[in-house]
Amino acid sequence: MPVVQIFDKELAPSKIQALKFGLWIGMASIVMLFGAFTSAYLVRKPVGNWYEFKLPIQFFYSTLIIIGSSVLLEKAFKSFRSHDLKNYQLFMFISFFAGIAFLATQVIAFKAMISQGLFIDLNVSVSFLYVLAGMHALHVIGGIIVMIISLTTALAVRPLINEMNILKLDLLRQYWHFVGALWIYLLIFLILQ
Amino acid sequence: MSAHHNHQDQDVLIEKLGYDDHFHEHHEGDKYQMNFLTKYIFSMDHKIIARQFLFTGIFWAIIGSAMSIIFRLQLGFPDASIAWLKPLLGKWITINDAGMGSLEPEFYYALVTMHGTIIVFFVLTAGLSGTFSNLLIPLQLGARDMASPFLNMLSYWFFFLSSVVMFYSLFLSTGPFSGGWTGYPPLSALPQASIGSGAGMTLWLVSLALFVVSVLLGGMNYITTVLNLRTKGMSLWRMPLTIWAFLVTAILGLLSFPVLFSGFLLLIFDRSMGTSFYLSDIFVNGMALDRIGGSPILYQHIFWFLGHPEVYIIILPAMGIVSEVLSVHARKPIFGYRAMVYSILAIAFLSFIVWAHHMFMAGVNPFISNFFVIFTLIIAVPSAVKVFNWISTLYGGNLRMNTPMLFCIGFVSMFISGGLTGIFLGNSAIDIQQHDTYFVVAHFHIVMGVAAFFGMFAGVYNWFPKMFGRFMNDTLGKIHFWCTMISAYAVFGPMHFLGMAGVPRRYYRFDNFEAFSGFDVMNQFITIAAIFGFMAQLVFVVNFFWSMYKGRKVTEQNPWGSNSLEWTTPIDAGHGNWPGKIPTVQRWAYDYGKDGIEYTQQHVPLREGEEHSSH
Ligand code: HEM
Ligand SMILES: [Cu+2]
Repeated sequence: MPVVQIFDKELAPSKIQALKFGLWIGMASIVMLFGAFTSAYLVRKPVGNWYEFKLPIQFFYSTLIIIGSSVLLEKAFKSFRSHDLKNYQLFMFISFFAGIAFLATQVIAFKAMISQGLFIDLNVSVSFLYVLAGMHALHVIGGIIVMIISLTTALAVRPLINEMNILKLDLLRQYWHFVGALWIYLLIFLILQ
Repeated sequence: MSAHHNHQDQDVLIEKLGYDDHFHEHHEGDKYQMNFLTKYIFSMDHKIIARQFLFTGIFWAIIGSAMSIIFRLQLGFPDASIAWLKPLLGKWITINDAGMGSLEPEFYYALVTMHGTIIVFFVLTAGLSGTFSNLLIPLQLGARDMASPFLNMLSYWFFFLSSVVMFYSLFLSTGPFSGGWTGYPPLSALPQASIGSGAGMTLWLVSLALFVVSVLLGGMNYITTVLNLRTKGMSLWRMPLTIWAFLVTAILGLLSFPVLFSGFLLLIFDRSMGTSFYLSDIFVNGMALDRIGGSPILYQHIFWFLGHPEVYIIILPAMGIVSEVLSVHARKPIFGYRAMVYSILAIAFLSFIVWAHHMFMAGVNPFISNFFVIFTLIIAVPSAVKVFNWISTLYGGNLRMNTPMLFCIGFVSMFISGGLTGIFLGNSAIDIQQHDTYFVVAHFHIVMGVAAFFGMFAGVYNWFPKMFGRFMNDTLGKIHFWCTMISAYAVFGPMHFLGMAGVPRRYYRFDNFEAFSGFDVMNQFITIAAIFGFMAQLVFVVNFFWSMYKGRKVTEQNPWGSNSLEWTTPIDAGHGNWPGKIPTVQRWAYDYGKDGIEYTQQHVPLREGEEHSSH
């Protein structure tokens, strides 16, 4: 199924451009989504009835993990581009597991919150945390699904190093850095608040 | 007989100057059109998808306006029996001992709510922008299709799913959502708040969430296509104004719909997880809820941050269509092309910083309101620039008074009338009196409802030949126009008076209020005018479907003598739009009457000694 129509380098800034461009637009709308959540947070907080609590420590571990995962994916991408398939497979693999570990750590963080009685309906300050981290996790899961696809091709069949596959990996990498950065933004936002 | 044998001269030009992208050699594009299912149902061809949006839009327009007739009957004739509607509405009509059938108040609210939701989102967003962005973006830019035909198809099917869910909600035993199209909490946040707040509201949210997905998929495609797939020579400043409008509309959608989505998500949490984002100090049946600390105003902020751009998402495509069609049928270049583009951009930018003018009366700090008053009033400037340019385009033109042209002129008239009342409402001090009255209803129906419908009609009448290879009947079209024009003013004109007298919107009946009981006759008049206007739309529907099969056939490729590229395709354009090469663009889209030549299409090179029109 042709997901992208054929078009010519001379005609358009090329297909590469269009695909990347599409991704950036998608990211822009995700930025608006989280922008809305965090603005809602800012508008709601001064109204009062705001329960203060400490962020679970696991959020800091998960931050390290997602940064690590990004670095590894970057390495995987570089290896792929320089035809170093062995390292590519290795880094892809670890990066993927780091992604899973990130999600697991988030789950543990929420378990810890629940055990302290910080339920989603306790106070709106707690609800916000669930919404922010939860929506972020959904976006990570989206990236993980794409990773699973590229991982199966990376491990099962011998991946073909051509322009299209480099591009696909590049898109995944950009998106992954983006969700990583998004998490760091959310964390800093929560700390400052 | 295929079209390009009739018009050798044009094909020669494309053959000679066109660009060969070897599209049909790959047959990549052609192969997904093999059977009926992939050709007409799960099609990835933008021209088919455009028609799917249009048909679904027409379906919803009929339902949405029929609803308004039912609640208008209630407002105009609260004491008349509507027992005859019982077969249609079932238990929502109660019949008393005397045989008098009356509309259940709950269902009255549901009708008003559904009318607004359906017309705003399904008809004037999906039906308008979905139809014409899909049809015209590839055709007018010289592209084979959208950047991602697959996502484009998904965009339609998400809209379809969203429609199915909303349609289903109409038949719930507790009725559809009934808390107003804006879905304000607490009515929307507490399932026990009213009968429509339960399952009806849940389906409303599901439907609109699917709708947001559709808008985002579509918008991503429109933007990517416009910025990356233009044919050779089609610089941004040579694009027809339709494309500019669709581009900016898509950007607005991509930036504002995610925000709506986030607002809905918090609402869903409040409904199902016991959170209190929007809830505080609520009493239901005298019992206080334990949900405290939330703020319903927060929802209003989020909603109107989308809501105001949304009204421009509705009107910008109509403006683009009107600019193009007006110029074609006035046989004159559009006046102030660049000013038109800049005003689109200015309106789009400003539309993000005026949302609180919907909340002047919601307890927002009056000092903050001043900020919103200023920017709201500034929007009148680019709007006035556009109006000035449309009128100047008409001035001294060689006007063809056909149906598309009439609807364009009607659009300009409506936009002026409705825009003027916006300036009243935009002043927070005047709005104290006007807010939530029929003055607001009059304002937005004229400036948005009727005007956007007019833009849509202009587009349908004008591009019907491209979509179906036949013309719509012009006499029926004119009847449709005049009846609609007259009834629109007859319906919404008097509402200004109601509003100035303080008559509130969304009330079930007025005769039991001392202050508003003097308006019986006016309300009856409005209702009769609305029924007349509804009938006029049936003329359109009949004309539309009759013309699809029986209309006068299009025999020439470019029946309107129009400059833009869609008219260089064969009459019945197949997949990939152009059978051979794609045209390359040599000039802007508005060389009408230049050097005494009636029109020069965009793919025609400069004549000897000719210079580019400065624009
Ligand atoms: C000159 C430009 C305009 C100004 C200054 C303006 C101002 C306003 C203001 C202040 C309100 C809120 C009134 C109230 O609720 O008390 C309002 C309502 C509204 N306006 Fe406008 N407007 C303008 C143009 C438009 C346009 C072009 C559209 C649509 C295409 C539009 C659509 C609406 C809608 C839909 C509402 C009411 C929504 C609702 O409460 O259900 N307006 N306008
Ligand atoms: Cu507004």
